[in-house]
Amino acid sequence: MAILPPDLSPADFAKALAELRQAIGTDWVFSSEDDLGPYRDSFSPVWDTDKERKASAAVAPADVAQVQAIVRIAGRYRIPLFPISTGKNFGYGGPSPNVTGSIVLDLKRLNQVLELDEARAFALVEPGVSYFDLYRAIEEKGLKLMIDCPDPGWGSPIGNSLERGIGYTMAAFRDHFGASCGMEVVLPNGELMRTGMGALPGAKTWQEYKYGFGPDPSGLFAQGNFGVVTKMGFRLYPRPDFYRTGLITVPRRRDFVKLVEICNYLNDAMLCGEIVYASPLAGLMAKPDFAALATRAGGPSDADMDAAASAAGLPSWQVDLQFFGPEATTASNWAYAKDRILAAIPGAKAIDGDAFPLPATPEQMENKTQPYRTSIRRHGSLGVPSLGIWKIVRDDGHLGFFPVLPRTGEAVFEMQRVMCDALREFDGLPSFFNATTAPLHWHSFAFQMVFAPSVRRNDPAHNAMTDRAMHKAVTVAAEHGWGDYRAAPIYQDAVADTYSFNNHALRRFHEQLKDAIDPEGIIAPGRGGIWPRRFRKP
Amino acid sequence: MRRFPGYALAGGMVSVGVALIALNGVAAASRQTDAVGLAATGQPIFQRQCAPCHGQGPGDDGPPTLPGTAALQRKYQGELPAALEKRSDLTAETIRFFVRNGSGAMPSFRKAELSDADIDAIAAYLHKSALAKSP
Repeated sequence: MAILPPDLSPADFAKALAELRQAIGTDWVFSSEDDLGPYRDSFSPVWDTDKERKASAAVAPADVAQVQAIVRIAGRYRIPLFPISTGKNFGYGGPSPNVTGSIVLDLKRLNQVLELDEARAFALVEPGVSYFDLYRAIEEKGLKLMIDCPDPGWGSPIGNSLERGIGYTMAAFRDHFGASCGMEVVLPNGELMRTGMGALPGAKTWQEYKYGFGPDPSGLFAQGNFGVVTKMGFRLYPRPDFYRTGLITVPRRRDFVKLVEICNYLNDAMLCGEIVYASPLAGLMAKPDFAALATRAGGPSDADMDAAASAAGLPSWQVDLQFFGPEATTASNWAYAKDRILAAIPGAKAIDGDAFPLPATPEQMENKTQPYRTSIRRHGSLGVPSLGIWKIVRDDGHLGFFPVLPRTGEAVFEMQRVMCDALREFDGLPSFFNATTAPLHWHSFAFQMVFAPSVRRNDPAHNAMTDRAMHKAVTVAAEHGWGDYRAAPIYQDAVADTYSFNNHALRRFHEQLKDAIDPEGIIAPGRGGIWPRRFRKP
Repeated sequence: MRRFPGYALAGGMVSVGVALIALNGVAAASRQTDAVGLAATGQPIFQRQCAPCHGQGPGDDGPPTLPGTAALQRKYQGELPAALEKRSDLTAETIRFFVRNGSGAMPSFRKAELSDADIDAIAAYLHKSALAKSP
């Protein structure tokens, strides 16, 4: 049965579709079941259940004027629009909307790299531009610029940054929204707005000074629903001359506390790129005795973990360090890191890794020359988009829950223990949290850990377990002060609920804004847990 | 045809037959040109849209093959080539089915990112590349 937008009759929906076809062309309005199939979330754990959110139609405009026309037509018929850029937000809902019956506003055809400036190191792009496209445009022009791209690279710089996606190079660029500078937005009434210096006619600094004058509303459009972003600027990393890696290992479990402390300094002082932690003991999880120790209720003792490491002849932790810049600077920074860590942690060892000028050769991109088992993702580290990361996708896809935690060893141990115990009942899932689980330093100044349970298209019982586990993970993490950074539409209300300081003052503020700007919920009602009055439950 | 009434019937038939053969030849040549053109159009589309997962290069950071190629290797166990560029049996309809519906961990692709015409061109390219790679 055809899906209708909320509160709309079939006849009025037909009229709306006719107006949309008139506005953007028949070929770019999709309403058949076949055409709408790819607008479902391929990674959905609620596929074909009454919880799945499905679109009533999709529209793919060619330019900003057509986006404005679509928003105005949707406004007249009170139809929610759900904007997507390249539609690759897998693990977080893919291209599927928050509200069933929404029309997906597919911005893939707005695919121009509008400006690239090598001397001032920025790009201005449209939403349909992928990281592959941006990388290719830079390479074709032969510019000495480096992008910071997420894994996989088929996403859009605009879509990814609006989801607060992250990457793998230097701290200033890994936070993709943080590295954005200036945006153009179609507001819920169809009007066009530019932020920062873009609001000043004739300004040449739109991608260089993001604030302009007065309040900067840019943040409202990230994980929000206050407009449709049609252009966005990004700061780019001037391509460094040289790249160097090194590995540090530390023998004891508790050494991790000091190791993190020093690595925080290296990161915050901008001496190195992404810091990649791992535990060599993770390889022992296939052994039942060790797995039982690493997942022991209440957590294992340091002494028991150290004994296991010693018996296996392995260090407890390792960290991959990466350095960018002039060759001499990378050598100096690596020497400094080694000296400082080895002086502070008895038994710590350092091994020199790769060292080569950029850009890397194809052989260097394969990441096979480091004299140790590395956890670095070479493509990501060097800003080269790839789909190679798809190798980690198990079954038919997965979800993503990435709680944010402080950058301390103690906080890591606590999250390992608490989340391991909390998720123990879901014994059909792998042990994402155990005493060998390392934190991710993707965000510039915070750790995250990963819970990414799989989905299976033909196994509803498994998916139901995954769904329950996701809800429990969100709840338990929040009880300990750890919040998720990004969520699929089916989990956004649950996550938003946890950000509840002072009786949900933040959500109430967002709702007041939404009611003022978009009371009918034309733009993505429910996104980010923000519902306009029309859709709010009494 | 108005030129032919004075000719003997048989001759006329022959003439018409020759003309048809000639026309068929033109059509076949045109189809060939179309196929060559379509394959040329399809190559960069394949490289951009499919090869990052289904190409023949190595995977990232260790694996010998890219994830899509590795998945087909597991699926076919050598009965069919894992690399799409070596497959001569993939019609546009077959490719369209998998592109629009996805398969396993491969998500589906929308018309706004990969049109039906793009898929036709990819099929033509794969046919050509498979022939070129066949022993």
